Amino acid sequence: MLLDSKIPEGPLAEKWDKHKFNVKLVNPANKRKYDVIVVGTGLAGGAAAASLAELGYNVKAFTYHDSPRRAHSIAAQGGINAAKNYQNDGDSVFRLFYDTIKGGDYRAREANVYRLAQVSVNIIDQCVAQGVPFAREYGGLLANRSFGGAQVSRTFYARGQTGQQLLLGAYSALSRQIAYGKVKMYTRSEMLDVVIVDGQARGIVTRNLVNGEIETHAAHAVVLATGGYGNVFYLSTNAKYCNVTAAWRAHKKGAFFANPCFTQIHPTCIPVSGDYQSKLTLMSESLRNDGRVWVPKTVEMAERVRKGQIKPQDIAEDDRDYFLERKYPAFGNLVPRDVASRNAKMMCDENRGVGSTGLAVYLDFSDIIKRTGAEAVSQKYGNLFDMYAKITDENPYEMPMRIYPAVHYTMGGLWVDYNLQTTVPGLYATGECNFSDHGANRLGASALMQGLADGYFVIPYTIGDYLANTPPKPVDTNHPAFAESKAYVQARTEQLLGIKGNRTPDEFHKALGHIMWEYCGMARTAEGLKHAKAEIQRLRKEFWSDVKVVGTGEEMNQALEKAGRVADFLELGELMVDDAYNRNESCGGHFREEYQTPEGEALRDDENYAYVAAWEYQGDNQPEKLNKEELVFENVKLTQRSYK
Amino acid sequence: MAGSNPNAKPMNLTLKVWRQPNRQAQGQIVEYHVKDISPDMSFLEMLDVLNEDLLHAGQDPVAFDHDCREGICGSCDLFINGRSHGPEKGTTTCQLHMRKFSDGDTITIEPWRANAFPVNKDLSVDRSAFDRIIQAGGYVSVNTGGAPDGNEIPIPKEIADRAFEAATCIGCGACVAACKNASAMLFVSAKVSQLALLPQGNVERKTRVENMVAQMDKEGFGACTNIGSCAAECPVGISLENIAILNREFLAAKATSNNLA
Repeated sequence: MLLDSKIPEGPLAEKWDKHKFNVKLVNPANKRKYDVIVVGTGLAGGAAAASLAELGYNVKAFTYHDSPRRAHSIAAQGGINAAKNYQNDGDSVFRLFYDTIKGGDYRAREANVYRLAQVSVNIIDQCVAQGVPFAREYGGLLANRSFGGAQVSRTFYARGQTGQQLLLGAYSALSRQIAYGKVKMYTRSEMLDVVIVDGQARGIVTRNLVNGEIETHAAHAVVLATGGYGNVFYLSTNAKYCNVTAAWRAHKKGAFFANPCFTQIHPTCIPVSGDYQSKLTLMSESLRNDGRVWVPKTVEMAERVRKGQIKPQDIAEDDRDYFLERKYPAFGNLVPRDVASRNAKMMCDENRGVGSTGLAVYLDFSDIIKRTGAEAVSQKYGNLFDMYAKITDENPYEMPMRIYPAVHYTMGGLWVDYNLQTTVPGLYATGECNFSDHGANRLGASALMQGLADGYFVIPYTIGDYLANTPPKPVDTNHPAFAESKAYVQARTEQLLGIKGNRTPDEFHKALGHIMWEYCGMARTAEGLKHAKAEIQRLRKEFWSDVKVVGTGEEMNQALEKAGRVADFLELGELMVDDAYNRNESCGGHFREEYQTPEGEALRDDENYAYVAAWEYQGDNQPEKLNKEELVFENVKLTQRSYK
Repeated sequence: MAGSNPNAKPMNLTLKVWRQPNRQAQGQIVEYHVKDISPDMSFLEMLDVLNEDLLHAGQDPVAFDHDCREGICGSCDLFINGRSHGPEKGTTTCQLHMRKFSDGDTITIEPWRANAFPVNKDLSVDRSAFDRIIQAGGYVSVNTGGAPDGNEIPIPKEIADRAFEAATCIGCGACVAACKNASAMLFVSAKVSQLALLPQGNVERKTRVENMVAQMDKEGFGACTNIGSCAAECPVGISLENIAILNREFLAAKATSNNLA
């Protein structure tokens, strides 16, 4: 299949405006004749559902949470980027575009990223108007801070809870439309299939998580805003419910899956403390503004720290290696996430890691505390320091934090064109569940930006273009395709309940996570990936003969929910490994050990791999087909990323 | 793998857990025993251990709500030893760690108890009443697009900070569970205060407080008798001052109301 990205003609800066003029419109009186399903109510989904309802469409919104306010967007800490240039420090739409393309190691689509940078300024205005309490200066104007991968201060924030405040803004807009009756909200409903009628997405199948009922819902178009798949690693900074199921079912119904191996490992997370660990907690990247990352200079010294013979505070300045400042003097502790993560791993590989496991580096605030006082530091990062103290039982005001990289975000996702439409007509993907804007590495404070850009400012235009070409006839669930999808979902539920094996869904999930982290994590090799593929296939076989779920499908059954999600992760995991194996280069978060510069930096192969790998499902147990979208760079010059 | 504290000894605990198959069924307290619990585990990781044990024994695991496990999503909602989110002040259940308990302890775990929060199953309750209160007016009526530049509305830092403090409510329902009247005043007051403090919320100030309070009453939450246990048990420290603001806003709105309905 030929992948048409539908990038509009014309100069970069004019594409979006021209496109907005060229897309077809649905007249105001006709909008109420169209139904749109939005799955997921995080930043992308909540913003899309509210905005589409405001335009007049009938929206049905779905979330597996008990309330649309709980989506994992809420946990984003640091901030949201926007090219406002309020700081007069040289920011512009082009610079945000450029930083994002470069930060993504030249594996993102220029036109999408430019549009993202353009609408970033509207997002801030919209959120302020909603009453989002952004941080402000004493003069009453909005405050900014800097973030990794950029040399300007363009990040807007609400203390360490930016995601929460932005999500509550979108939630309030959504709540208003629910009250007006323009959005019908379905909570505790998990999407388990997309229904395709005559080649077009026309509805979904859901399971009511309270009573187990399998329901069908019809619409003229379906928007997925179902987040990322980082939980394929079991341990990640994602919330426990985050999963790939909705996106994966869409994939099996014809939506291509792009760059699945592009996962982001976040450098500053609280290290694993035991086998019981259920998730990892992020310490916001904003901490790298003031915290200094270091390990002991020598292995001997590190050894003594690990054994608890000396405390980090007692190590003399001369015996510390501030490795990011040493290797990257220009960006220092603010290098992009992939670079910071990889360097932390290198230090631990050199046996200079700290903590009882040796899998940690220090993030030290003693300088800034000395300079500005503990009170000022608490003003900026208080809630993060408290969270750290609660989890580790250590006081970060007195001793440096221990941090280690952890899986955080997935740049890969459903392939979409410029209109955010997948390869299935009428099926759209927004926010983290699509692949479009971050290339091989996402910059900090850009996930919130993309989710809200897609939801508030892109999908309301582009979906109209599709609907204008769709007759406004009422849709219903009588078509046999709905019954077929429902039967498939029911059969799968019965199958999971019927195995009655010996191992729990969590045990399988942990085993999968271990394989993925070991072989498809921060560093990958062809040999390791081959091994991982065989291991995952073996594990999947075992899953379908030995998973244990009790109870029935007609009740609240959280083990059954987990089993279904793990089953999909087992299939996705194999595709990620295939994708990583196929990409014989290193770029961004994808680091193949075979391909590195003499200094150990990622070595891209632009001649052969400047493309999006879009995988096409071919049926159960069949190898997927690779389709390529060539990436054309007309406005930036591809260079080896340098943060030195 | 050792925990962060190498000297911490694993614990054995007795759990008394509320079990209720569904909303209609009668519930009861059931006793369980868990072994080798690390003090570095979170409370929910301890429940994960219980659930894995139950599943292996062919028994129904305990249903409970949770998600981010970082104390921000507001999903987790356990009533532990008679207190919302357990014994540690300013902490959600997911951020409560087992080092706050001792070997041999008996821990009682119940769902939020309030008429307005019916039980779904075991420890999971239905908090959609909170959503309906927000739907009644907890927003600024502004459509997407057409907003003025963010810096056109300067807001004094002090006001912005106070609005932020009120806006940090995570909607978990601990305040309702802690209140002997099962009142939702702290929750409602947090949103009313946030928007009353900000210029953006000024236009709909009166109708907002009237409608949200009316919806709160309709949902069957109790009245506020100024005990203050809501604020004492709030995991994110929403201040009782917000209830005073709510009362003032409500009185002012009623005294000058344009709302004739």
